Amino acid sequence: MIQFFKRFTTSSLATIGLIVVLVMVFAAIFGPLIVPFDPNAQDIMQRLKPPMWQGSEGIHLLGTDALGRDIFSRVVIGARVSILVGVSAVVISSIVGVAFGLIAGYEDKYAGRVLMMLTDIQLAIPFMVLALAVAAVVGASLWNIIAILGLTNWVQYSRVVRAECLVLREREFIQAAHMMGISTLHILTRHLLPNVLSSVIVISSLLVAKMIIFESSLSFLGLGVPPITPTWGTMIAEGRNYIGNAWWVATIPGIAIFVTVVGVNLVGDRLRDLLDPRLRQVES
Amino acid sequence: MANFLISRLLYTVLVLFGVSVAVFFLIRIGGDPSALFLPPEASLEEIERFRALMGFDRTLVVQYFDFLGRAVQGDFGMSLRYNQPAMQLVLDRMPATLQLGGAALLLSLIISLPLAIIAAAKRDSIFDRASLLISIIGQSFPAFWLAIMLILLFSENLRLLPPSGRGTWAHLVMPAIVLATYSTAIITRLLRSSMIEALSSDYVRTARGKGVRESTIILSHALRNAAIPTLTVIGLQVGALLGGAVITEEVFAYPGVGRLAIQAIANRDFTVVQAFVLLMAALIVMINLLVDLSYGFLDPRLRKRK
Repeated sequence: MIQFFKRFTTSSLATIGLIVVLVMVFAAIFGPLIVPFDPNAQDIMQRLKPPMWQGSEGIHLLGTDALGRDIFSRVVIGARVSILVGVSAVVISSIVGVAFGLIAGYEDKYAGRVLMMLTDIQLAIPFMVLALAVAAVVGASLWNIIAILGLTNWVQYSRVVRAECLVLREREFIQAAHMMGISTLHILTRHLLPNVLSSVIVISSLLVAKMIIFESSLSFLGLGVPPITPTWGTMIAEGRNYIGNAWWVATIPGIAIFVTVVGVNLVGDRLRDLLDPRLRQVES
Repeated sequence: MANFLISRLLYTVLVLFGVSVAVFFLIRIGGDPSALFLPPEASLEEIERFRALMGFDRTLVVQYFDFLGRAVQGDFGMSLRYNQPAMQLVLDRMPATLQLGGAALLLSLIISLPLAIIAAAKRDSIFDRASLLISIIGQSFPAFWLAIMLILLFSENLRLLPPSGRGTWAHLVMPAIVLATYSTAIITRLLRSSMIEALSSDYVRTARGKGVRESTIILSHALRNAAIPTLTVIGLQVGALLGGAVITEEVFAYPGVGRLAIQAIANRDFTVVQAFVLLMAALIVMINLLVDLSYGFLDPRLRKRK
């Protein structure tokens, strides 16, 4: 583990990514303890104040929005929704996708075909529209958003896990386990699962980045988490109307999304280099 | 080849059938939309009459097969909001979206092809590192925010480009850039690694041994072999482009199908959403079928296998 960490940090970009991710996770967990203002407290006298470095004498580090709310506090609290949705949605899609992939890879006959079919169906549907439509009908709430994102993004896991299982099941240790009469469930969970875990970790890390963007896009369109909770997407949507005279309102939460996603992607990329044996071969 | 083509076409029809099932039932899990179309003071009888008129009073399965039977004949129902055939509404907006999607795809190919080829040919050079960084950054932009930032820069501050609408080429510049960003990142990264794989293969070593010029090796030997996985991804990117068009069109108030879809969702105009998703799915499935068929032209070995 320590050795892996050392190898991970030999890449300076990946180290920067890891620091960014840790800072965001810290903000998400301890946000309410470190923010200087209540993120929902309005102050009409202080509306649309520019960030401090713009020469404003105010007390608001990153300025205020149209209702006089402190942008720094809102950005810090906004990390909660992004991280929570990103991680939870990935947990759901990895469980569904890996389970399906294991079954389809081990019992290739019918499950495999059904899986390929489901994959092609999912790839043919413009995902964004489907997510929006479902969010519009079932109503937007934190848990609905997590469920929608989780249940519409699992095919990638299934495809990769299935492909790896098709190779693994021909190997001696799986054949032997089968001969010994070990139950299929046991083979799937104890013998196949550990062998596909590194691919699952790589896919998950890169998917978290995508989920964060999806969540903010849904919130931006007003179909995400209800606006009482500050999220980066809704902050940008609100700031969009003041883009002419108060650029910072829409710009700052966007930078937060961008930096977080770059950080997650850098970490995911490094994990892919280290864990994916096929790629390592090609790269070296 | 003929057998292959027929089985692929049948499979395509099956996939479209699956898409229609998924879309039909998913957008109905919230119940029927009668209440949204009638004034709040509507009486129970009025609601019942409206439901009977629209067919909402039947079971979902019956409604689905009714819908499917009509759809096969090209009738996708009337838009509940505009009182026009739903498919016609979508088709009318299609040219605008195809123009935008085409411009974006062209832009991302112009940038990603040379970038990936040079990065693979000169591995670990500054150029290669730059291409990796660009592909990570390109993947990380939330499209709607990038759009707003471009509007802030080019429309608000520099006053060079119109912030919204459609008409001249100037209207197309910012939406095309926003839409191309993600695809450029994905194509660059994949073509680079496919090129690296191809360049380290035996046939390239043989060609080098024979004294073939390096530019010929890169452009005709390696690129042709790297083209197959890249083409697959470009095919899949068309789906992403059409999906991404939804948000891009919304921010730039660009009158394409994506904006229509968002408005239809906001209005709960089911028939338009259905028509939109099915048309997009048909388009995506067809493009991927063409990509599959093109493998045979790119790689003669695959022709025999089929």
